[in-house]
Amino acid sequence: MRPLIEVRGLRKDYRRGGDVLHAVDGIDLALMPGESVGIIGESGAGKSTLARCITRLERPTSGSVFFQGTDVTGLSDRALRRFRREVQPVFQDPLAALNPRWTVRRLITEPLKIHGERGAERRVDEVLRDVGLAEELMARRPRDLSGGQRQRVAIARAIVLRPSVLVLDEPTASVDMSARRALLTLLKRLRSAHGLTYLYISHDIRTIEETCSRTIVMYRGRLAEEGPTTEVLDSPGHVYTQILMSSIPRIDNATARQGRLRARPASGQQLPDTGCLFAHRCPRALPECAADPPVVQVTPGHRAACVLAERTSGPQ
Amino acid sequence: MALAGAGFDAGRPDDAVPADGPGRSARLRGELRRHPSLLVGGVLAAATVIVAIAGHVAPPDNPLAINPGHALAPPGPGHWFGTDQFGRDVFSRVLYGLGIDVVIGLTVAALAFAVGSAAGLVSGYLGGWIDDIVMRVVDIVMSFPPFLLALAIAVVLGNTVRNVIIAVTIAYVPYILRLTRGSVLTARGADYVLGARAVGASRSRVMTLHVLPNAVGPSVVQATLMAGWAILDVSGLSFLGVGIQPPSPELGVQVAQGAPYITSGQWWISVFPGLAIILAVLAFNFLGDYADDRLRGQGS
Amino acid sequence: MPGLEIDGLCISIGDHDVVHAVDLQVKPGTCVGLVGASGSGKSLTALASLGLLPRAARVTAGRILLGGDETVTPGRDRTAAVRGSGIAMIFQSPRAALNPVLRVGHQVARVLRRKGQHDDLKQRCIELLGAVGLLEPDKVARLYPHELSGGMCQRIMIAMGIAVEPQILIADEPTTALDVTVQADILDLLEDLRSRTGMGMLLISHDMSVVAERCESISVMWQGAIVEVGTSATVINSPRHPFTAELVRDLAHLPETGGLPAQSSSTRPADDPAREAGG
Repeated sequence: MRPLIEVRGLRKDYRRGGDVLHAVDGIDLALMPGESVGIIGESGAGKSTLARCITRLERPTSGSVFFQGTDVTGLSDRALRRFRREVQPVFQDPLAALNPRWTVRRLITEPLKIHGERGAERRVDEVLRDVGLAEELMARRPRDLSGGQRQRVAIARAIVLRPSVLVLDEPTASVDMSARRALLTLLKRLRSAHGLTYLYISHDIRTIEETCSRTIVMYRGRLAEEGPTTEVLDSPGHVYTQILMSSIPRIDNATARQGRLRARPASGQQLPDTGCLFAHRCPRALPECAADPPVVQVTPGHRAACVLAERTSGPQ
Repeated sequence: MALAGAGFDAGRPDDAVPADGPGRSARLRGELRRHPSLLVGGVLAAATVIVAIAGHVAPPDNPLAINPGHALAPPGPGHWFGTDQFGRDVFSRVLYGLGIDVVIGLTVAALAFAVGSAAGLVSGYLGGWIDDIVMRVVDIVMSFPPFLLALAIAVVLGNTVRNVIIAVTIAYVPYILRLTRGSVLTARGADYVLGARAVGASRSRVMTLHVLPNAVGPSVVQATLMAGWAILDVSGLSFLGVGIQPPSPELGVQVAQGAPYITSGQWWISVFPGLAIILAVLAFNFLGDYADDRLRGQGS
Repeated sequence: MPGLEIDGLCISIGDHDVVHAVDLQVKPGTCVGLVGASGSGKSLTALASLGLLPRAARVTAGRILLGGDETVTPGRDRTAAVRGSGIAMIFQSPRAALNPVLRVGHQVARVLRRKGQHDDLKQRCIELLGAVGLLEPDKVARLYPHELSGGMCQRIMIAMGIAVEPQILIADEPTTALDVTVQADILDLLEDLRSRTGMGMLLISHDMSVVAERCESISVMWQGAIVEVGTSATVINSPRHPFTAELVRDLAHLPETGGLPAQSSSTRPADDPAREAGG
């Protein structure tokens, strides 16, 4: 089976004054049809930049993005029209992602208009029902809706053209607690009902754990670990992933917390640019970490870019 | 320690549909109360426009009719604003002239707004060398004080109403352009622009439907104020003898014609046209204030 | 009773009652959790305890006592005398709470000066910065807030909070804006400070897991009232109010959650959408 989306050696640099920021620093990934893949990492890991490169809202500095085998890396917006029907982003803050002056109806109808689809009204009604929005909300503007409703509008807009891939960047981050669960349920239902493929970005490990079968861990633009979600979260190979997992609030007793793995505090100095980028904060760093870390196959399908990751025979 | 279990609905308050708001006339009244500048500006502007139209359509007296027998009559029952040195009724002339100036002011504002925002949109959104060239031109034009620039252009082009409008418009366009461009630069980076591109919107569609409406606010305020300033500039140019010429009863021309008579005590020939200019400018200033208030209200 | 005692507190904004009859006790050395959705009145309750209510809000009934002394009553709910009198507060957005044009060391020093300390100001500042876990505190003191990470800014704010040696520290969503690893470090720091100084802490969050992990007792707030209160274990394992139950249900998705029944593998999504059970 061919990957729906394939990313090879993706790099995206930003120039700020004299400095160059390697927001995405050599990422490879493959998204199979029907999969739900999560990307976790802290702020500054490059997850959103990666998402924008994959949806081609930005042009990568180097590397390639393939969709169904076609190289879409260098294509102009006009040439990407077909791609745009198939791969849709869902942004973190729907208030910013929806034109504040447009009504809900206009927002959801626009993609259909742009691509010259007939039967727009029927399709819009269909999609509204699909995401669970009441008909009465059609005439309102985004700022008159609740956070959860806004995000549903954003999702409706994303699926109205029947795409095959959704790239979701922290879709529940701007939504109130009470609406978060409903939104996650909606996303799961949409995925199974329409056979969608998800690339789900979040800093919240719990959400990823619930929605994604495969997980990628990013740190400062590079891939730290990748594998089936259960394995990556239960038996992490990379020290950074281990620290992430041990930082999640737990309800068991305090003594277990004493043994918690912690990152070394970040100093105000310049961040290192070579070797393992996490080494300067790693509590188990070794002299070898000054060199580029090897990619260890912990198990087939689970790899970690860490000297300390061990090859095992299977999930523990 | 209250346990308020009653009334909790595990359903979705999220999906509640808020009730409809107040009706239109109620909203207008509320708006007037919240923004006194709308009230004042609206009344003034309405008065100005009504008066100006009346002055054109049905002036009490022919503004151009010369009547040497009644020259230099002070304000009184027959002539509320008196008569000028040719016996013309100043009141009619002021009304008529107000109409001319208001129309010119609005025309300049509209033109400057149209040209400036279109250019600012293109320059700001497309960036690159287009932006560089446009901004250099803008910098050059803006290095001249607007009035002097308009003066120079009007002198070169010749003394007609049309040329005066062109001259003042050229002086004003860069300000609107810069303002629009700034807003466009901000709007360009917004997520909803990304969202529009993501669903396949073409560049021109993104620019006109998404960026422009959200970037044009400050320029609308500016254009409203500019209508008033244009009246000042145009009447100033006419006062200097550039641009609009007598016998047109344009307000600046009237002030100029009445100037020599002030020292001999016939103040009404210049003062009333002057007051009319002030009235018109004030009206647009207040409207501009209101536009500014609304813009900020929308932004929050 | 020493510590913080909130007794039947009612707060109104305009005509609306936004907080009704809230009772809370925070004894020294303990950590009490206050959990609820945004808009439930948690922050207003905290602000009231410091006399920091916004102008539009008033305490209409109830009282607040600190160390046995009445500090807040209806009519006397905005006095500066409450602050720095043994109660301090830290907020959600550390960078927003710091003055961007002053060096951070200077800001900590101001707090000390207001408390009456004038000698050894610099020394005490550096000590405080060190106590909150900042490396090279003397160097950090000379930096401006924008030169620091979110976690470091939060530590500065904690330093400013404990500079007054409070009996009670209120932490209003102290880690919401921070990454999960930094969050854990900050919460560890707060716990550490608690055990060393014996101060009591009121930890406010919308995240039940944070509160459940760190607090001995939990009060659940919903639409301005406390709807459930109890020890962490009781609230987590046998929630009585439906809202609490919903919050706790979300916890079930934690990878390792002691005290809750193990989740079957059917919560893990399958690759094949056709096989996946419902939504």
